[in-house]
Amino acid sequence: MKHLLVTEGMDAATATAILDTAAQLKQTLLGREVKKLPTLRGRTVITMFYESSTRTRVSFEIAGKWMSADVVNVSSSGSSVGKGESLRDTAQTLAAAGADCVIIRHPASGAAHRLAGWLAEAGTSVVNAGDGMHEHPTQALLDAATLRERLGDVDGKRVAIVGDVLHSRVARSNVHLLTTLGADVTLVAPPTLLPAQVERWPVTVSHTLDAELPSLDAVMMLRVQAERMHGGAGPAGPGGNFLPSAREYSIAYGMSERRLELLPEHAVVLHPGPMLRGMEIAAAVADSPRAAITQQVSNGVHVRMAVLYHLLAHEEEAVA
Amino acid sequence: MTPPPSGATEPAERRELLSAGDVARTVARMAHQVIERTALGASDAPPVVLLGIPTRGAPLAARLAARIADFAGIDVPTGVLDVTLYRDDLRRRPTRPLGATALPTDGLDDHLVILVDDVLYSGRTIRAALDALRDAGRPRAVQLAVLVDRGHRELPIRADYVGKNVPTSRSEEVHVLLTETDDRDAVVLDRRDL
Repeated sequence: MKHLLVTEGMDAATATAILDTAAQLKQTLLGREVKKLPTLRGRTVITMFYESSTRTRVSFEIAGKWMSADVVNVSSSGSSVGKGESLRDTAQTLAAAGADCVIIRHPASGAAHRLAGWLAEAGTSVVNAGDGMHEHPTQALLDAATLRERLGDVDGKRVAIVGDVLHSRVARSNVHLLTTLGADVTLVAPPTLLPAQVERWPVTVSHTLDAELPSLDAVMMLRVQAERMHGGAGPAGPGGNFLPSAREYSIAYGMSERRLELLPEHAVVLHPGPMLRGMEIAAAVADSPRAAITQQVSNGVHVRMAVLYHLLAHEEEAVA
Repeated sequence: MTPPPSGATEPAERRELLSAGDVARTVARMAHQVIERTALGASDAPPVVLLGIPTRGAPLAARLAARIADFAGIDVPTGVLDVTLYRDDLRRRPTRPLGATALPTDGLDDHLVILVDDVLYSGRTIRAALDALRDAGRPRAVQLAVLVDRGHRELPIRADYVGKNVPTSRSEEVHVLLTETDDRDAVVLDRRDL
Protein backbone atom coordinates (compact mmCIF):
# COMPACT_ATOMS: atom_id res chain seq x y z
CA MET A 1 0.00 0.00 0.00
CA LYS A 2 1.44 3.38 -1.01
CA HIS A 3 -1.25 5.81 0.19
CA LEU A 4 -4.40 5.70 2.28
CA LEU A 5 -6.74 8.23 0.71
CA VAL A 6 -10.23 6.70 0.73
CA THR A 7 -12.14 3.63 1.85
CA GLU A 8 -14.26 3.78 -1.31
CA GLY A 9 -13.01 0.94 -3.48
CA MET A 10 -10.74 -0.51 -0.78
CA ASP A 11 -11.10 -4.29 -1.01
CA ALA A 12 -12.14 -6.39 1.96
CA ALA A 13 -8.79 -8.20 2.08
CA THR A 14 -6.83 -4.95 2.46
CA ALA A 15 -9.21 -3.62 5.11
CA THR A 16 -9.11 -6.91 7.02
CA ALA A 17 -5.30 -7.01 6.88
CA ILE A 18 -5.09 -3.54 8.43
CA LEU A 19 -7.66 -4.45 11.11
CA ASP A 20 -5.80 -7.70 11.90
CA THR A 21 -2.51 -5.82 12.22
CA ALA A 22 -4.18 -3.29 14.53
CA ALA A 23 -5.55 -6.08 16.73
CA GLN A 24 -2.12 -7.74 16.97
CA LEU A 25 -0.47 -4.41 17.81
CA LYS A 26 -3.01 -3.85 20.56
CA GLN A 27 -2.35 -7.35 21.93
CA THR A 28 1.42 -6.83 21.73
CA LEU A 29 1.31 -3.55 23.67
CA LEU A 30 -1.26 -4.74 26.22
CA GLY A 31 -0.03 -4.20 29.75
CA ARG A 32 3.42 -3.08 28.62
CA GLU A 33 5.25 -0.50 30.62
CA VAL A 34 7.27 0.70 27.63
CA LYS A 35 4.99 1.24 24.65
CA LYS A 36 7.67 1.52 22.03
CA LEU A 37 8.35 -0.63 18.98
CA PRO A 38 11.43 -0.13 16.80
CA THR A 39 9.61 -0.90 13.55
CA LEU A 40 9.68 2.57 11.91
CA ARG A 41 13.00 3.76 13.32
CA GLY A 42 14.48 6.39 11.07
CA ARG A 43 11.28 7.09 9.15
CA THR A 44 9.87 10.60 9.23
CA VAL A 45 6.15 11.24 9.46
CA ILE A 46 4.77 14.76 9.08
CA THR A 47 1.23 15.70 10.06
CA MET A 48 -0.23 18.73 8.23
CA PHE A 49 -3.46 19.90 9.78
CA TYR A 50 -5.29 22.73 8.03
CA GLU A 51 -8.36 22.19 10.21
CA SER A 52 -8.61 21.94 13.96
CA SER A 53 -8.38 18.47 15.46
CA THR A 54 -7.60 16.95 18.82
CA ARG A 55 -7.99 13.20 18.64
CA THR A 56 -6.91 12.55 15.07
CA ARG A 57 -3.71 14.55 15.24
CA VAL A 58 -2.77 13.30 18.69
CA SER A 59 -3.63 9.76 17.70
CA PHE A 60 -1.43 9.86 14.59
CA GLU A 61 1.38 11.43 16.57
CA ILE A 62 1.22 8.77 19.29
CA ALA A 63 0.94 6.03 16.68
CA GLY A 64 4.07 7.26 14.91
CA LYS A 65 5.99 7.67 18.14
CA TRP A 66 5.06 4.23 19.50
CA MET A 67 6.46 2.81 16.24
CA SER A 68 9.67 4.90 16.73
CA ALA A 69 9.09 7.13 13.70
CA ASP A 70 10.11 10.75 13.99
CA VAL A 71 6.88 12.74 13.98
CA VAL A 72 6.77 16.42 13.07
CA ASN A 73 3.54 18.41 13.36
CA VAL A 74 2.77 21.29 11.03
CA SER A 75 -0.33 23.41 11.50
CA SER A 76 -1.62 26.08 9.18
CA SER A 77 -1.13 28.81 11.77
CA GLY A 78 2.49 29.40 12.64
CA SER A 79 3.80 27.93 9.37
CA SER A 80 4.38 29.47 5.94
CA VAL A 81 0.80 28.53 5.10
CA GLY A 82 -0.11 31.71 7.01
CA LYS A 83 2.06 33.67 4.57
CA GLY A 84 0.08 32.43 1.60
CA GLU A 85 2.16 29.43 0.51
CA SER A 86 0.18 27.01 -1.65
CA LEU A 87 -0.57 23.47 -0.49
CA ARG A 88 1.57 22.11 -3.30
CA ASP A 89 4.62 24.18 -2.35
CA THR A 90 4.24 23.36 1.33
CA ALA A 91 3.96 19.65 0.56
CA GLN A 92 6.98 19.64 -1.73
CA THR A 93 8.96 21.49 0.91
CA LEU A 94 8.09 18.82 3.47
CA ALA A 95 8.96 16.03 1.04
CA ALA A 96 12.28 17.70 0.22
CA ALA A 97 12.97 17.97 3.94
CA GLY A 98 12.78 14.18 4.11
CA ALA A 99 9.23 13.16 4.94
CA ASP A 100 8.49 9.48 4.26
CA CYS A 101 4.80 10.00 4.98
CA VAL A 102 2.59 13.08 5.05
CA ILE A 103 -0.68 12.95 6.97
CA ILE A 104 -3.02 15.69 5.87
CA ARG A 105 -6.29 17.16 7.08
CA HIS A 106 -7.71 19.84 4.83
CA PRO A 107 -11.07 21.63 4.44
CA ALA A 108 -11.13 20.97 0.68
CA SER A 109 -12.48 17.63 -0.54
CA GLY A 110 -9.85 15.92 -2.68
CA ALA A 111 -6.86 17.67 -1.08
CA ALA A 112 -5.19 14.40 -0.06
CA HIS A 113 -5.65 13.00 -3.54
CA ARG A 114 -4.02 16.05 -5.16
CA LEU A 115 -1.19 15.84 -2.64
CA ALA A 116 -0.54 12.19 -3.49
CA GLY A 117 -0.22 13.17 -7.15
CA TRP A 118 2.24 15.96 -6.41
CA LEU A 119 4.35 13.77 -4.15
CA ALA A 120 4.45 10.73 -6.44
CA GLU A 121 7.90 11.59 -7.72
CA ALA A 122 9.33 12.06 -4.23
CA GLY A 123 7.89 8.66 -3.24
CA THR A 124 6.23 10.10 -0.15
CA SER A 125 3.18 8.26 1.20
CA VAL A 126 0.04 10.27 1.89
CA VAL A 127 -2.62 9.54 4.49
CA ASN A 128 -5.94 11.35 4.31
CA ALA A 129 -6.86 12.45 7.84
CA GLY A 130 -10.06 14.08 6.64
CA ASP A 131 -10.64 16.10 3.46
CA GLY A 132 -13.62 18.44 3.52
CA MET A 133 -16.89 16.54 3.24
CA HIS A 134 -15.26 13.66 1.37
CA GLU A 135 -13.50 10.93 3.39
CA HIS A 136 -11.77 10.14 6.69
CA PRO A 137 -10.58 6.58 6.15
CA THR A 138 -8.72 5.98 9.43
CA GLN A 139 -11.85 6.97 11.36
CA ALA A 140 -13.85 4.33 9.49
CA LEU A 141 -11.11 1.75 10.14
CA LEU A 142 -11.09 2.47 13.87
CA ASP A 143 -14.89 2.29 13.93
CA ALA A 144 -14.70 -1.10 12.20
CA ALA A 145 -12.04 -2.23 14.70
CA THR A 146 -14.33 -1.20 17.57
CA LEU A 147 -17.30 -3.02 16.02
CA ARG A 148 -15.17 -6.16 15.63
CA GLU A 149 -14.23 -6.01 19.31
CA ARG A 150 -17.74 -5.28 20.55
CA LEU A 151 -19.78 -7.45 18.17
CA GLY A 152 -17.23 -10.08 17.14
CA ASP A 153 -17.53 -9.24 13.46
CA VAL A 154 -18.76 -6.56 11.07
CA ASP A 155 -20.18 -8.97 8.50
CA GLY A 156 -23.96 -9.24 8.68
CA LYS A 157 -24.37 -6.56 11.36
CA ARG A 158 -26.99 -3.81 11.09
CA VAL A 159 -25.44 -0.38 11.59
CA ALA A 160 -27.27 2.95 11.53
CA ILE A 161 -25.38 6.18 10.85
CA VAL A 162 -27.45 8.98 12.33
CA GLY A 163 -27.45 12.74 11.85
CA ASP A 164 -25.57 15.19 9.68
CA VAL A 165 -24.66 12.76 6.89
CA LEU A 166 -24.47 15.58 4.33
CA HIS A 167 -21.41 17.24 5.84
CA SER A 168 -19.81 14.09 7.22
CA ARG A 169 -16.65 12.55 5.79
CA VAL A 170 -16.90 10.04 8.65
CA ALA A 171 -20.24 8.86 7.28
CA ARG A 172 -18.92 8.50 3.72
CA SER A 173 -15.85 6.53 4.76
CA ASN A 174 -17.92 4.32 7.04
CA VAL A 175 -20.58 3.62 4.41
CA HIS A 176 -17.94 2.35 2.00
CA LEU A 177 -15.86 0.40 4.51
CA LEU A 178 -18.67 -1.17 6.52
CA THR A 179 -20.62 -2.27 3.43
CA THR A 180 -17.41 -3.74 1.95
CA LEU A 181 -16.97 -5.69 5.19
CA GLY A 182 -20.52 -7.03 4.86
CA ALA A 183 -22.52 -4.76 7.18
CA ASP A 184 -26.04 -3.63 6.40
CA VAL A 185 -25.92 0.16 6.72
CA THR A 186 -28.90 2.49 7.22
CA LEU A 187 -28.62 6.27 7.14
CA VAL A 188 -31.01 8.05 9.49
CA ALA A 189 -31.25 11.81 8.94
CA PRO A 190 -33.61 14.64 8.11
CA PRO A 191 -33.91 15.11 4.32
CA THR A 192 -31.99 18.41 4.54
CA LEU A 193 -28.93 16.62 5.93
CA LEU A 194 -28.72 13.86 3.32
CA PRO A 195 -26.47 14.28 0.28
CA ALA A 196 -27.85 14.52 -3.25
CA GLN A 197 -28.04 11.15 -4.99
CA VAL A 198 -27.86 9.24 -1.71
CA GLU A 199 -30.03 6.63 -3.47
CA ARG A 200 -26.91 5.58 -5.37
CA TRP A 201 -25.12 4.68 -2.13
CA PRO A 202 -25.17 1.03 -1.02
CA VAL A 203 -27.41 1.89 1.95
CA THR A 204 -31.03 2.21 2.98
CA VAL A 205 -32.35 5.58 4.13
CA SER A 206 -34.75 6.28 6.96
CA HIS A 207 -36.10 9.44 8.58
CA THR A 208 -37.39 7.86 11.80
CA LEU A 209 -34.78 6.78 14.31
CA ASP A 210 -37.19 5.08 16.74
CA ALA A 211 -38.32 2.63 14.05
CA GLU A 212 -34.74 1.49 13.33
CA LEU A 213 -33.37 1.15 16.86
CA PRO A 214 -34.85 -2.24 17.90
CA SER A 215 -33.14 -4.11 15.04
CA LEU A 216 -29.70 -2.47 15.21
CA ASP A 217 -26.37 -3.96 16.29
CA ALA A 218 -24.68 -0.56 16.34
CA VAL A 219 -25.66 3.05 16.06
CA MET A 220 -23.14 5.69 15.02
CA MET A 221 -24.06 9.24 16.00
CA LEU A 222 -22.62 12.07 13.91
CA ARG A 223 -21.80 15.56 15.10
CA VAL A 224 -23.99 18.35 13.73
CA GLN A 225 -21.35 20.33 11.81
CA ALA A 226 -22.60 23.88 12.31
CA GLU A 227 -19.33 25.26 10.93
CA ARG A 228 -20.17 23.79 7.52
CA MET A 229 -23.80 24.97 7.56
CA HIS A 230 -23.57 28.34 5.91
CA GLY A 231 -25.34 29.97 2.97
CA GLY A 232 -29.06 30.47 2.50
CA ALA A 233 -31.36 32.56 4.61
CA GLY A 234 -32.20 30.33 7.52
CA PRO A 235 -33.07 30.99 11.12
CA ALA A 236 -30.22 32.15 13.29
CA GLY A 237 -28.42 29.74 15.59
CA PRO A 238 -26.68 26.42 15.02
CA GLY A 239 -27.87 24.62 11.94
CA GLY A 240 -28.63 27.65 9.75
CA ASN A 241 -31.33 26.75 7.29
CA PHE A 242 -30.59 23.03 7.52
CA LEU A 243 -32.41 22.60 10.81
CA PRO A 244 -35.53 24.22 12.23
CA SER A 245 -33.86 24.44 15.64
CA ALA A 246 -31.23 22.61 17.65
CA ARG A 247 -33.89 21.44 20.10
CA GLU A 248 -36.12 20.03 17.40
CA TYR A 249 -33.17 18.21 15.85
CA SER A 250 -32.20 16.79 19.21
CA ILE A 251 -35.71 15.51 19.85
CA ALA A 252 -36.02 13.88 16.43
CA TYR A 253 -32.49 12.53 15.94
CA GLY A 254 -30.63 12.75 19.24
CA MET A 255 -29.53 9.62 21.13
CA SER A 256 -31.44 10.03 24.37
CA GLU A 257 -31.68 7.72 27.37
CA ARG A 258 -35.16 6.71 26.20
CA ARG A 259 -33.75 5.68 22.81
CA LEU A 260 -30.92 3.73 24.45
CA GLU A 261 -33.64 1.52 25.98
CA LEU A 262 -35.04 0.83 22.50
CA LEU A 263 -31.73 -0.66 21.35
CA PRO A 264 -31.10 -4.42 21.79
CA GLU A 265 -29.05 -5.33 24.86
CA HIS A 266 -25.88 -6.11 22.87
CA ALA A 267 -25.99 -3.04 20.62
CA VAL A 268 -23.23 -0.46 20.88
CA VAL A 269 -23.31 3.34 20.50
CA LEU A 270 -20.44 5.00 18.60
CA HIS A 271 -19.55 8.65 18.14
CA PRO A 272 -16.48 9.84 16.22
CA GLY A 273 -16.10 12.91 18.44
CA PRO A 274 -16.03 15.71 19.20
CA MET A 275 -19.44 15.25 20.82
CA LEU A 276 -22.05 17.90 21.34
CA ARG A 277 -23.60 16.60 24.53
CA GLY A 278 -27.31 17.35 24.65
CA MET A 279 -27.43 17.87 20.87
CA GLU A 280 -26.90 14.58 19.03
CA ILE A 281 -26.12 12.52 22.13
CA ALA A 282 -27.29 12.80 25.73
CA ALA A 283 -24.55 13.00 28.34
CA ALA A 284 -25.91 9.93 30.15
CA VAL A 285 -25.70 7.89 26.92
CA ALA A 286 -22.19 9.08 26.10
CA ASP A 287 -20.99 8.05 29.55
CA SER A 288 -22.84 4.72 29.68
CA PRO A 289 -21.01 1.40 29.20
CA ARG A 290 -23.12 0.87 26.07
CA ALA A 291 -21.14 3.66 24.39
CA ALA A 292 -17.73 2.78 22.96
CA ILE A 293 -16.47 6.32 22.54
CA THR A 294 -13.25 6.07 24.54
CA GLN A 295 -12.63 2.58 23.12
CA GLN A 296 -12.85 4.17 19.65
CA VAL A 297 -10.15 6.66 20.61
CA SER A 298 -7.75 4.02 21.94
CA ASN A 299 -8.41 1.79 18.92
CA GLY A 300 -7.60 4.85 16.81
CA VAL A 301 -3.98 4.70 17.95
CA HIS A 302 -3.62 1.00 17.08
CA VAL A 303 -5.37 1.39 13.72
CA ARG A 304 -3.12 4.31 12.79
CA MET A 305 -0.04 2.32 13.86
CA ALA A 306 -1.29 -0.45 11.56
CA VAL A 307 -1.78 2.01 8.70
CA LEU A 308 1.76 3.36 9.11
CA TYR A 309 3.07 -0.22 9.23
CA HIS A 310 1.30 -1.12 5.99
CA LEU A 311 2.50 2.10 4.31
CA LEU A 312 6.10 2.24 5.47
CA ALA A 313 7.36 -1.19 6.57
CA HIS A 314 7.85 -2.98 3.25
CA GLU A 315 10.06 -2.89 0.20
CA GLU A 316 9.62 -0.08 -2.33
CA GLU A 317 6.82 -0.92 -4.69
CA ALA A 318 7.55 -0.78 -8.39
CA VAL A 319 6.23 2.50 -9.77
CA ALA A 320 3.38 1.73 -12.13
CA MET B 1 11.34 -18.49 10.86
CA THR B 2 10.94 -20.74 7.82
CA PRO B 3 9.01 -19.61 4.78
CA PRO B 4 6.00 -21.82 4.10
CA PRO B 5 6.99 -24.94 2.17
CA SER B 6 4.35 -24.34 -0.48
CA GLY B 7 6.59 -22.06 -2.54
CA ALA B 8 5.71 -20.53 -5.88
CA THR B 9 7.59 -23.30 -7.67
CA GLU B 10 8.09 -26.92 -6.76
CA PRO B 11 11.66 -27.68 -5.65
CA ALA B 12 13.84 -29.56 -8.13
CA GLU B 13 14.73 -32.03 -5.41
CA ARG B 14 13.30 -32.74 -1.95
CA ARG B 15 15.05 -34.96 0.58
CA GLU B 16 13.62 -35.98 3.95
CA LEU B 17 16.05 -35.30 6.79
CA LEU B 18 13.83 -36.35 9.69
CA SER B 19 10.75 -38.58 9.61
CA ALA B 20 7.75 -38.10 11.87
CA GLY B 21 9.27 -40.60 14.31
CA ASP B 22 12.62 -38.79 14.20
CA VAL B 23 10.90 -35.48 14.98
CA ALA B 24 9.18 -37.01 18.02
CA ARG B 25 12.44 -38.60 19.29
CA THR B 26 14.36 -35.36 18.71
CA VAL B 27 11.84 -33.29 20.66
CA ALA B 28 11.93 -35.88 23.47
CA ARG B 29 15.75 -35.71 23.62
CA MET B 30 15.65 -31.90 23.70
CA ALA B 31 13.13 -32.07 26.55
CA HIS B 32 15.54 -34.24 28.56
CA GLN B 33 18.37 -31.80 27.85
CA VAL B 34 16.25 -28.86 29.02
CA ILE B 35 15.38 -30.68 32.25
CA GLU B 36 19.05 -31.45 32.90
CA ARG B 37 20.59 -28.12 31.87
CA THR B 38 18.07 -25.97 33.75
CA ALA B 39 18.06 -28.23 36.85
CA LEU B 40 14.29 -28.12 36.47
CA GLY B 41 12.47 -28.55 39.75
CA ALA B 42 15.54 -27.86 41.92
CA SER B 43 14.86 -25.41 44.72
CA ASP B 44 17.49 -22.89 43.61
CA ALA B 45 16.72 -23.12 39.87
CA PRO B 46 14.99 -20.15 38.23
CA PRO B 47 11.48 -20.76 36.88
CA VAL B 48 11.56 -21.73 33.19
CA VAL B 49 9.37 -20.29 30.43
CA LEU B 50 9.28 -21.67 26.87
CA LEU B 51 8.62 -18.97 24.27
CA GLY B 52 7.87 -20.12 20.73
CA ILE B 53 8.60 -17.88 17.76
CA PRO B 54 5.80 -18.02 15.17
CA THR B 55 4.97 -19.79 13.02
CA ARG B 56 6.41 -23.20 13.87
CA GLY B 57 8.29 -22.30 17.02
CA ALA B 58 4.94 -21.96 18.80
CA PRO B 59 3.76 -25.59 18.39
CA LEU B 60 7.33 -26.79 19.02
CA ALA B 61 7.37 -24.96 22.37
CA ALA B 62 4.04 -26.58 23.28
CA ARG B 63 5.40 -30.04 22.36
CA LEU B 64 8.57 -29.49 24.39
CA ALA B 65 6.47 -28.45 27.38
CA ALA B 66 4.31 -31.57 27.01
CA ARG B 67 7.36 -33.87 26.94
CA ILE B 68 8.90 -32.06 29.94
CA ALA B 69 5.64 -32.61 31.81
CA ASP B 70 5.78 -36.33 30.85
CA PHE B 71 9.38 -36.80 31.96
CA ALA B 72 9.71 -34.48 34.95
CA GLY B 73 6.11 -34.00 36.04
CA ILE B 74 6.56 -30.25 35.93
CA ASP B 75 4.29 -27.93 33.96
CA VAL B 76 6.46 -25.31 32.31
CA PRO B 77 4.53 -22.23 31.14
CA THR B 78 4.68 -21.52 27.43
CA GLY B 79 4.05 -18.42 25.36
CA VAL B 80 4.34 -17.05 21.87
CA LEU B 81 6.60 -14.16 20.90
CA ASP B 82 6.06 -12.61 17.48
CA VAL B 83 9.19 -10.80 16.35
CA THR B 84 7.97 -9.28 13.07
CA LEU B 85 7.95 -5.71 14.42
CA TYR B 86 11.62 -6.13 15.41
CA ARG B 87 12.94 -7.58 12.14
CA ASP B 88 15.69 -5.77 10.25
CA ASP B 89 14.49 -6.88 6.80
CA LEU B 90 10.99 -5.35 6.76
CA ARG B 91 11.96 -2.94 4.02
CA ARG B 92 13.35 -5.70 1.82
CA ARG B 93 10.12 -7.65 1.48
CA PRO B 94 6.39 -7.18 0.88
CA THR B 95 4.34 -6.33 3.98
CA ARG B 96 4.60 -9.14 6.52
CA PRO B 97 1.45 -10.00 8.46
CA LEU B 98 1.95 -9.85 12.22
CA GLY B 99 1.67 -13.01 14.31
CA ALA B 100 0.10 -13.28 17.72
CA THR B 101 2.06 -12.57 20.86
CA ALA B 102 0.89 -14.27 24.05
CA LEU B 103 3.12 -14.05 27.11
CA PRO B 104 2.57 -16.16 30.24
CA THR B 105 0.47 -14.35 32.84
CA ASP B 106 3.37 -14.36 35.33
CA GLY B 107 5.46 -12.37 32.87
CA LEU B 108 9.10 -12.97 32.08
CA ASP B 109 10.85 -11.04 34.83
CA ASP B 110 13.50 -13.15 36.60
CA HIS B 111 12.54 -16.26 34.61
CA LEU B 112 14.85 -18.43 32.52
CA VAL B 113 13.37 -17.86 29.07
CA ILE B 114 14.03 -20.52 26.45
CA LEU B 115 13.29 -19.25 22.94
CA VAL B 116 12.07 -22.02 20.66
CA ASP B 117 12.28 -21.88 16.86
CA ASP B 118 12.21 -24.43 14.09
CA VAL B 119 15.29 -23.57 12.02
CA LEU B 120 18.36 -21.54 13.02
CA TYR B 121 19.93 -19.97 9.92
CA SER B 122 21.27 -16.38 9.76
CA GLY B 123 20.43 -15.69 13.41
CA ARG B 124 18.52 -12.53 12.50
CA THR B 125 15.20 -13.85 13.76
CA ILE B 126 16.82 -14.58 17.12
CA ARG B 127 18.39 -11.10 17.17
CA ALA B 128 14.90 -9.69 16.65
CA ALA B 129 13.54 -11.98 19.38
CA LEU B 130 16.18 -10.75 21.85
CA ASP B 131 15.14 -7.16 21.11
CA ALA B 132 11.48 -8.06 21.52
CA LEU B 133 12.27 -9.77 24.85
CA ARG B 134 13.98 -6.63 26.07
CA ASP B 135 10.70 -4.75 25.64
CA ALA B 136 8.63 -7.54 27.19
CA GLY B 137 10.46 -7.91 30.48
CA ARG B 138 13.77 -8.68 32.14
CA PRO B 139 14.44 -12.42 32.17
CA ARG B 140 17.15 -13.79 34.46
CA ALA B 141 18.69 -15.51 31.43
CA VAL B 142 17.78 -16.39 27.86
CA GLN B 143 18.54 -19.67 26.09
CA LEU B 144 17.76 -20.89 22.59
CA ALA B 145 16.33 -24.23 21.44
CA VAL B 146 16.02 -25.07 17.74
CA LEU B 147 14.92 -28.23 15.99
CA VAL B 148 17.40 -27.73 13.13
CA ASP B 149 20.62 -25.71 12.92
CA ARG B 150 21.53 -25.31 9.26
CA GLY B 151 24.55 -23.01 9.71
CA HIS B 152 25.38 -19.82 7.76
CA ARG B 153 25.18 -17.54 10.78
CA GLU B 154 25.40 -13.81 10.08
CA LEU B 155 25.43 -12.78 13.75
CA PRO B 156 27.26 -14.08 16.86
CA ILE B 157 24.39 -16.28 18.00
CA ARG B 158 24.38 -19.99 18.87
CA ALA B 159 21.74 -22.37 20.16
CA ASP B 160 21.82 -24.03 23.60
CA TYR B 161 19.72 -26.99 22.46
CA VAL B 162 19.91 -28.30 18.90
CA GLY B 163 17.72 -31.13 17.62
CA LYS B 164 19.80 -31.77 14.52
CA ASN B 165 22.76 -30.07 12.86
CA VAL B 166 22.36 -30.05 9.09
CA PRO B 167 25.18 -28.82 6.86
CA THR B 168 23.53 -26.99 3.97
CA SER B 169 24.40 -24.73 1.08
CA ARG B 170 22.71 -21.34 0.80
CA SER B 171 20.81 -22.44 -2.29
CA GLU B 172 19.04 -25.11 -0.27
CA GLU B 173 15.97 -24.63 1.93
CA VAL B 174 15.21 -26.46 5.15
CA HIS B 175 11.55 -26.79 6.03
CA VAL B 176 10.15 -28.10 9.29
CA LEU B 177 6.66 -29.54 8.83
CA LEU B 178 4.42 -30.00 11.87
CA THR B 179 0.91 -31.41 11.96
CA GLU B 180 -0.28 -28.26 13.77
CA THR B 181 0.57 -26.12 10.73
CA ASP B 182 1.19 -28.64 7.91
CA ASP B 183 -0.11 -32.02 6.83
CA ARG B 184 2.51 -34.10 8.67
CA ASP B 185 5.62 -34.13 10.89
CA ALA B 186 8.91 -34.07 9.01
CA VAL B 187 12.04 -32.05 8.24
CA VAL B 188 12.85 -31.76 4.54
CA LEU B 189 15.69 -30.28 2.52
CA ASP B 190 14.74 -28.68 -0.81
CA ARG B 191 17.15 -27.91 -3.59
CA ARG B 192 16.09 -25.44 -6.27
CA ASP B 193 17.56 -25.10 -9.75
CA LEU B 194 18.39 -21.46 -10.21
